[in-house]
Amino acid sequence: MATVHFTRWLAGVAPGEAVEIEGQTVGAVLEHLFAENATARNYVLDEQGQLRKHVCIFLDGERLAHGAALAAPLRPQSEIYVMQALSGG
Amino acid sequence: MQDRALVSTRKGLFIYARDDRGWRLAAMHFAGSPVTLSLADRRDGAIYAALNLGHFGPKLHRSDDGGESWQEIAAPSFPQGTADSPALKQIWSLETGDKPGMLWAGGIPAGLFVSEDRGATWQLVEPLWNRPERARWFGGGYDDAGIHSVLIHPRDPDHVTVGISCGGVWQSADRGKTWSPKTDGMFAVYVPPEQRNDSAVQDPHRVARCASSPDTLWVQHHNGMFHSADGAAHWSTLSPPVSDFGFAVAAHPKDPLTAWFVPAHSDQRREPVDAKLVVNRTRDGGKTFETFSDGLPSPAYDLVYRHGLDVDDAGSSLVMGSTTGGLWFSADAGESWLLEATRLPPIYAVRFA
Repeated sequence: MATVHFTRWLAGVAPGEAVEIEGQTVGAVLEHLFAENATARNYVLDEQGQLRKHVCIFLDGERLAHGAALAAPLRPQSEIYVMQALSGG
Repeated sequence: MQDRALVSTRKGLFIYARDDRGWRLAAMHFAGSPVTLSLADRRDGAIYAALNLGHFGPKLHRSDDGGESWQEIAAPSFPQGTADSPALKQIWSLETGDKPGMLWAGGIPAGLFVSEDRGATWQLVEPLWNRPERARWFGGGYDDAGIHSVLIHPRDPDHVTVGISCGGVWQSADRGKTWSPKTDGMFAVYVPPEQRNDSAVQDPHRVARCASSPDTLWVQHHNGMFHSADGAAHWSTLSPPVSDFGFAVAAHPKDPLTAWFVPAHSDQRREPVDAKLVVNRTRDGGKTFETFSDGLPSPAYDLVYRHGLDVDDAGSSLVMGSTTGGLWFSADAGESWLLEATRLPPIYAVRFA
């Protein structure tokens, strides 16, 4: 279980308020959310299922390494922030 | 006469409309978002806007009410399992096809996509992506090669021509099933001499075609300008005044002898020669050119991108937008220009609609 927050950049696409979602990893939580919100998927992941280059994820206060973010395991009550990286874009 | 112009900019889509007094700004959409390209489909009235949100990827929106409201539709995408697992970074060309609701799109990376349902779904044209020559394509200005020009033959919709930076000019006579390189006569000075004529490394910045004489094609290339009178089978070099470097070219829709180019200094100096923005026009198939500056600024450091110049269906009105946010219209086939806006965001593309 995780509480997921999305950057305000994604207002109108992703949930505007924090949402609680089941899952064992960051990727699994996001997949559960995307199952009900297909548009948001294309903003966070590319068509190959990779985290977009300039999207970053914080898990329980720690910024996750880009390549390992989706596989990161969760604690029983984790907090996930999906943010835009302050690079590129 | 086309009475609208779509101006795609770094910070939104500006729609200009023409009335008795001239052009005026009618509407602005997607404030703050990079709109890289737009397209009006005259058959059903739809307007398409391609966005590149940077962090969040390329997006495509459609309006069915002239821009009053927009809905996000599917952007072209590479299917999972595509060789090299690419992800689309930008929609770089967008054209209407022959069937109702049919669209063609070119991307960065250089995937060609087709939609038969007004952008609800897209299919990658795999035979082009799977050409072995793709290994020699490379990015020009971007990290990946891209398709910036898609030309559907006006009398034979199975006949498709694409321009790739850097990857040459390719043609299919069977709607994309098989492809042939079409760069005979082009050359590249930015590769070792032995690769000079390699079709796969040519960098056509933009390919334009005369609509009523479709065997006439014009190319603004990275190191020169080329003309073909035989449907791209052969290309001849042009020798314009001012400079043969630039990005944009527009072909007269009815007169195969007439085309317009916007010269820039050089690859190393992407600015007007002597800080004087001008337009070159030929009316004799590229043998000679006239250079026009009436109404254009100096000193000026404007660059006109490859989609930054368009001519209307009559061949008399032109629109041009620059990287420094200048927007000009010409009502006399490019001989004089009227400044419409000086401080728009950087302009990626202009198009009559």
